[in-house]
This record gives sequence, C-alpha cells and structure tokens, in this order.
Amino acid sequence: MNTVVAGITYRALLGRRRIVLLLLLPVALIGLAVLLRAFGAADQATAVELMKSFAIGTMLPLLGLIAGTGVIAPEIDDGTIIHLLSKPISRPVIAQTKFLVAVTMLAVFAALPTYVAAFILVGNEDDIAVGFATGSLVAGIAYAAVFLLLGVVTRHAVTIGIIYALVWESLVGNLIAGARRFSIQSWGQSIADQISASPFLEADVALGFAVPALLVVTVAAVFWAGQRLRVFSLTGDE
Amino acid sequence: MRIELSQVSRWYGNVVAVNDVTMTIGPGVTGLLGPNGAGKSTLLHMMSGFLAPSGGTVTLDGTPVWKNHQIYRNIGLVPEREGVYGFLTGWQFVLSAARLHGLPDPEEAARKALATVEMEEPKDRRVETYSKGMRQRVKVAAALVHDPAVLLLDEPFNGMDPRQRLHLMDLVRNMGASGKTILFSSHILEEVERVAQQIEVLVSGRHAASGNFREIRRLMTDRPHLFMIRSSDDRRLAAALVRDDSTGGITLRADGMEVQATEFRRFARLLPRVAKAEGVRLHEVSPADEDLESVFSYLINRSS
Repeated sequence: MNTVVAGITYRALLGRRRIVLLLLLPVALIGLAVLLRAFGAADQATAVELMKSFAIGTMLPLLGLIAGTGVIAPEIDDGTIIHLLSKPISRPVIAQTKFLVAVTMLAVFAALPTYVAAFILVGNEDDIAVGFATGSLVAGIAYAAVFLLLGVVTRHAVTIGIIYALVWESLVGNLIAGARRFSIQSWGQSIADQISASPFLEADVALGFAVPALLVVTVAAVFWAGQRLRVFSLTGDE
Repeated sequence: MRIELSQVSRWYGNVVAVNDVTMTIGPGVTGLLGPNGAGKSTLLHMMSGFLAPSGGTVTLDGTPVWKNHQIYRNIGLVPEREGVYGFLTGWQFVLSAARLHGLPDPEEAARKALATVEMEEPKDRRVETYSKGMRQRVKVAAALVHDPAVLLLDEPFNGMDPRQRLHLMDLVRNMGASGKTILFSSHILEEVERVAQQIEVLVSGRHAASGNFREIRRLMTDRPHLFMIRSSDDRRLAAALVRDDSTGGITLRADGMEVQATEFRRFARLLPRVAKAEGVRLHEVSPADEDLESVFSYLINRSS
C-alpha cells in the first residue's frame, strides 16, 4: 500500500465525472426502497428480490466495473501511469494499492447503500440488510480485483467488462444453472444467505464453494495484475 | 553512470523498429538524432525500462534495466506524451514525485526542482491550465526531483516556444556540464548541435553515425549534393560544368537541369565562376535534397 499512489487514484476517481456514475445507481436503489416503503410493499419477499436482482445483480457488477477499471485504465490510456511506474516502487504494490482504492469505493458506493436500502424496507429483520451488505462487500472485493486486472490487460476493459457483467452474470447465469457456480454475484448471494435467516433467500451455490472461489479469484487477479504491470510496455506511435 | 546497449534489437511482428544497436551513453549530453519513425522512442523506452528488447541487452552500470524498478533511483524520465495529471497543481505533481521516491525532505526537493525549471510562480495552478512549454518544464522538474545521475528526455523541445526552448537547452547543457548522463531525442539537427556534445544518429532503426557535432556536420555536408539550376543557357552551362571533377552528372530537363555535385565546397565555388566565364545568367540555384530525410538516407546507405 502506497499512500501517494492511493491519494492520486482517489482524486482521479472522485474528481472526474465518474463520481456521477458511481452515485447514480446507489441513489436509484435507495429511491426504489423509499418508494416501495411508501406504497406499503415493503415485505421480506420484495426486499430479497430487490437486493438479489438490483443491488447485487445489476448495481454491484456495474459499480465494480466503474471502480475496478477506473482506478487504472484511464491512467494507462492517457499515459499518466508513467508518473507512478517510473519510480522505485514495486509494481505489484502499485496494483495492490489501486485494488484497495477500488474496494473502498465499492464499500461506500455499493455495500453501504445496499444496507441502507434493505434497512428502509425491512429494518433488521432476519439480518437481510447485514447479509446483503456483507455479500455485496465480499463480491465487490472480487469484482474490484477482476476488473482491475481487466483494466491492466486490455484497452477495451469497459466493453469486455460490460459484456461480462450483463451477458455472463445476468443472462447466462439465469438461463444455465451450472454457470451460476462461476458467477461472482452468486458467491455474494451465498454469503448473504449464510448470514440472513430469511426464508425468501436461497442461494444457488454452496458456501463451501463460494468462499474458496472468491478467495482464489481475488488473490489470483490482484497477483496477475501486479505481474502485468511489471512488464508494462510503452510501444509508442512508431 | 553509463547506459550500455549491446546489440539491441526490437521488432513488432515483422516490423523491425530498432536493429542491432550497440552504443554507450556516458556523462555529458548526448543527442539521439533521427527522422520521425527512426526508432528513437523505441530505443528510449528500452533504456528507461518501459520496453523489453527483442534481442541484446540494455544495462545501467552493468545492471539490467528491464523489470527492475530500482533503476528509477538513478534515472529521471521525461516521456514525450503529456503524462501529467491535469487535476493536480504543478506543486502537487512534483511533490508527489518526491514522495513516490521516498525522499527524506520531499517539500524541499520539490521546491528546488521547481526553481530549477523556473516554475515557482505558476506552481499553484492546476496543470491543465498550463501551456505546453510549462507542462514540459513541470515534467522535467518531476524527473529531476530526486537528483538522478541519468536523465532521459523524449523529444523535450517539441511544442515549446523559442524562449522556453532556449531556457530548457541551457538547463540541459548545465546539467550535462555538472557530470550527469543526459540523453535526449530530437529530429532537428540544429537543436541537437546546440545542446549535445555527443550525437548518435538513428535511421530506420539502425545506428547510422556517431560523433561530436563537427563530425556529424562534416558527414552531412561532404555527401554528394543535388542542385536544381535554371539559367539563360542550360546546355552551354552544363557542358562547361561537366568538365570539372566536382560535377558527377547532369540531367537536362525542360524547366532547367539537375546537377549532381560530388564535392560540395568545390562545386559551390565552381558554379558562379563558370557561369561568368561562359556569359550565362543564373536564374535559380536551389538544393534539391537539403531536407533531413535525404541526409539521413545518405548516411544509412553509407553505413550499409
């Protein structure tokens, strides 16, 4: 962890228009929760459905994409990354720092709003709010790692990331049961299910698979991102 | 400190960007001269640890440069691309460089570096409000902040106005005089001549020539020159010129003649004398190949 790298990364992320993107979805989530509550539809079934399909199913992968690629891809694009890489700091440390910045972003803009929205709907009933907030945080950590890696490996990180988040996680995951085993948001739901006692929540993937999978994916992605930064090349315009 | 390149090549697929270059960059100012697309940036990227050579080795005082972030304790790099965070002020940018280097007194180092490039006054403005020359100077300050023994600059004078250019040239010269190893790339001979003691010429990825500016200048003027001449009687003038050894060949065209001069200086004296003796009026004498590209292509043919 390097505080100078972290400081510059935070400023780059929060200073640009990206902050609007980061705020849009959590505000929509909390707005929906308030509306549902106002119309008297705030029961456990609704809460679990909203958390599953919107908070973890849509918002989390998209925010993961924005934060995970956002901590590094724009800097690689405009060449500012050279400022960090031409210093006597180990490149894996730079990757790890950027990863931690993305994680804190997801904690604030995804996990926290998830808790707030669930709390508005059902309070602390059956630990639904805590369960989904924790699931969202843990899955967010994995998303941050995967999308950071994507941002280092390819210039088309956002396109590929959107295709992954929407096509694989949403479409394929919903149509083919087996694919859900290899979906970060399913692993997040397993964590939520473990914590929450709600009868409306049933995870597709066993915790015994989800936890090791989350660990392996996160550690491998951050490690690989560091290795890719070590061989970062300027190919120039020639 | 010395940067040593030993039989360094770099290719992208079938395209060879740098071809078997061997050179040593020692203390003082070295200019890397070559036309656009000659492979200067590729070579600089390999020297600064931002590109792996496809063949050969690049070392800094014997230590390999590639995949070695410790080299940046001794290397300052000024890349050609902007590469400056627009949302930081000049002060924050240079200070961040000092902190990233883990210097004991980063504020003092940043202040000194900004003073060196005369950027103290606008240092509290955001970099995005700077002119191109100011950005360039702030980049130089960030590269100098840890007082590196080696400074690598990629086309540093590009886009600067004449006054800024002169100032940066002075700065580079002074640092070279103080014993630092400085390498900068440029495609402009005059620029390189004014700053560098040592010139390395790169053409089409190959190391075409090496020497001080006098040697390089001589190489460039002693080559055969091609002149376009229009006169009151081309045929008569051609017949008289061809008698002298300094004329290599003449092609008569509808709108004048092309004369190949093998010895530049002798031909330059010969032409007016012959014209006067023959009573021929010269309407136009212009070099047909004075552009740098043809100078370079001559050099590359000579070296192969």
